[in-house]
Amino acid sequence: MKLHIKNGHLIDPANGIDAQQDLFIDAGKVLAVGAAPAGFSAEQTIDASGLVVAPGLVDLSVRLREPGYEYKATLESELQAAMQGGVTSLVCPPDTDPVLDESGLVEMLKYRAKTRNQANVHPLGALTVGLKGEALTEMAELTEAGCIGFSQAEEPIEDTTVLLRALQYAKTFDYTVWLRPQDAHIGRGGIAASGAFASRLGLSGVPAMAETIALHTIFELMRATGARVHLCRLSSAAGIELVRQAKREGLPVSCDVGAHHVHLTDADIGFFDSNARLTPPLRSQRDRDAIRLGLLDGTIDALCSDHTPVDDDEKLLPFGEASPGATGLELLLSLSLKWANDYAATQAAGGPRPLARALALITSQAAQVAGLSAGTLSVGANADVCIFDPQAHWTVEAAALASQGKHTPFLGYNLAAQVQTTIVAGRVAFQRNAA
Amino acid sequence: MLNPQLNKHGELQHLLSIEGLPKSILNHILDTASSFVGISDRDVKKVPLMRGKSVFNLFFENSTRTRTTFEIAAKRLSADVINLNIQASSASKGESLLDTIDNLSAMHADMFVVRHAQSGAPYLIAKHLQDTGQSHVHVVNAGDGRHAHPTQGLLDMYTIRHYKKDFTNLTVAIVGDILHSRVARSDIHALTTLGVPEVRAIGPHTLLPGGLEQMGVRTFTNMDEGLKGVDVIIMLRLQNERMSGALLPSAQEYFKSYGLTPERLALAKPDAIVMHPGPMNRGVEIDSAVADGPQAVILPQVTFGIAVRMAVMSIVAGTQA
Repeated sequence: MKLHIKNGHLIDPANGIDAQQDLFIDAGKVLAVGAAPAGFSAEQTIDASGLVVAPGLVDLSVRLREPGYEYKATLESELQAAMQGGVTSLVCPPDTDPVLDESGLVEMLKYRAKTRNQANVHPLGALTVGLKGEALTEMAELTEAGCIGFSQAEEPIEDTTVLLRALQYAKTFDYTVWLRPQDAHIGRGGIAASGAFASRLGLSGVPAMAETIALHTIFELMRATGARVHLCRLSSAAGIELVRQAKREGLPVSCDVGAHHVHLTDADIGFFDSNARLTPPLRSQRDRDAIRLGLLDGTIDALCSDHTPVDDDEKLLPFGEASPGATGLELLLSLSLKWANDYAATQAAGGPRPLARALALITSQAAQVAGLSAGTLSVGANADVCIFDPQAHWTVEAAALASQGKHTPFLGYNLAAQVQTTIVAGRVAFQRNAA
Repeated sequence: MLNPQLNKHGELQHLLSIEGLPKSILNHILDTASSFVGISDRDVKKVPLMRGKSVFNLFFENSTRTRTTFEIAAKRLSADVINLNIQASSASKGESLLDTIDNLSAMHADMFVVRHAQSGAPYLIAKHLQDTGQSHVHVVNAGDGRHAHPTQGLLDMYTIRHYKKDFTNLTVAIVGDILHSRVARSDIHALTTLGVPEVRAIGPHTLLPGGLEQMGVRTFTNMDEGLKGVDVIIMLRLQNERMSGALLPSAQEYFKSYGLTPERLALAKPDAIVMHPGPMNRGVEIDSAVADGPQAVILPQVTFGIAVRMAVMSIVAGTQA
């Protein structure tokens, strides 16, 4: 299929392109950017006038809820949500039921996802069997089955010896270990960030030191082992400062934050709104400001949706009993651009323009963190494309979302940027109907 | 953000927390309560203000004392009272909180008096009633997690006003497990709203939550210093499960540092009053000589509690102007 996307504003952060350029696709790959190759005759043409043509988005944390939690969401519903959100590559954590600790489970998930022919699904294998923090999984087998890294999801490893061994073993084969820095004891059972707000509401707290203590441990183990670690969902100003220092020191570390934490604080819990019950918890304005600064100065490599569909039965409960998490796949683009708008005010002269800067966080840089050859429109790359209208506004409401998870703290918000067309391997996989 | 306790005319529709309520509403509740105090001394201890109304006492957490005082208050207002100990019924069969509310609403409840172990549970109920078009049903928070116990806070204010008349020249100390105490939070909000210039919290660092300063509270870890010159001492109950472990080494050591003895009481003003929300642990947070002494107003608190709850229920139900 020969596809010509014309008149669009092409933004490809990996190649520093931010201009009106046409895109030519053939046999599932990017054939040319700019001028048509000799003899190219399009079988399909998409007029992208007034629209942005970007690489398909790469989301570093998406819970598809399969296997085991199909009542919360299914591969069908969530991959459709990915298409509507312009996400063409996604990384899913291993906290399914059973957890992704055996190659058979990973193969099944990859196979099921492939038959959908939508987003590329890249599972993280469990770092320890059953995420119990005791025995290592068969990492080589799991890698062969398609895992791109190993993670403990939300289960911190209690025994530091096991974490040390896991990093040593991962280093042996050059695997990346994905860890959310969280002490196994401090903050356990906490449901909101420690501080004045949690105290007033009578919610048990998770102090920032739950994150920083874990970071100190991880960095010390990295120095000892040389293992590469990707830090997931940083939440505190102090934590981000530690990552900044670790990068300066030259440790092989990268990190991401969830899109919610770029915009919201614990005050958004309001009167116990369980939609704002997230893991890690939303923190203070100071922490949020540090996250925004970390995105600017490159301390934070990527933004992810931390997509976690939760059903009504588990959300319409008192705050402390409600399941943490929010739907995010379809909000990732809008929330990233919302940050870009704020960034525009402080933009350094000569730096990349805000839109390109924001897109890098959810395309090229996210792909680099995950070791994926995605997130770019380089000639020869897979033709995964997200075409969106940066001016179109939409209201976040249940009916607007394809995901089975309808809970988000952004419910009722009016956000800018709406995906018009999503292309996977040169095939139009989603096309929004004209309003 | 709209305060979910108030209707669009600014009237009290639910009582969920003292935080966010204007001084005028607090005073109105206290004034109304004082008109009810005499009723309990009459031969016929009833007024017909809530005749024909159904009050459901929904206790998801055990409490004999609070439930009983709400029951008495509702009966003195001539309401029909239904007591439900949910721990022993639906919740143990797996019914969700909101399903329970829907079922009871279908029985034409006019008011839910709710106690729940989770902070914020009454807010969820109030929001659900509004979302399902039942905003005529009222919710009174009888204690939610560590968050609030507004009727206790109000009866404490009633007691202080009864003995001290004016809030604006008082120093009030709250002593003990502030971290886990919904009573402390409600008292703090009520005291600061009513204009008390100095509210103190006294306890070891393990039992003082962060952020008290932002609530207008001065914290003390030394009991003797904290009690100096105070007009009112509010002692908190120390739960058994907190008495040993990582929060406190032992009940004995706690008493040694934070127990209210006659010697310590002497550091307060000579006319200081001693309050306690009950039930008391004699010899843990309070010496019997103080609990039974002339400065203790612990039993009057209980009596005033009924009048205060009558006031809250009748105002919330809209039957009291």
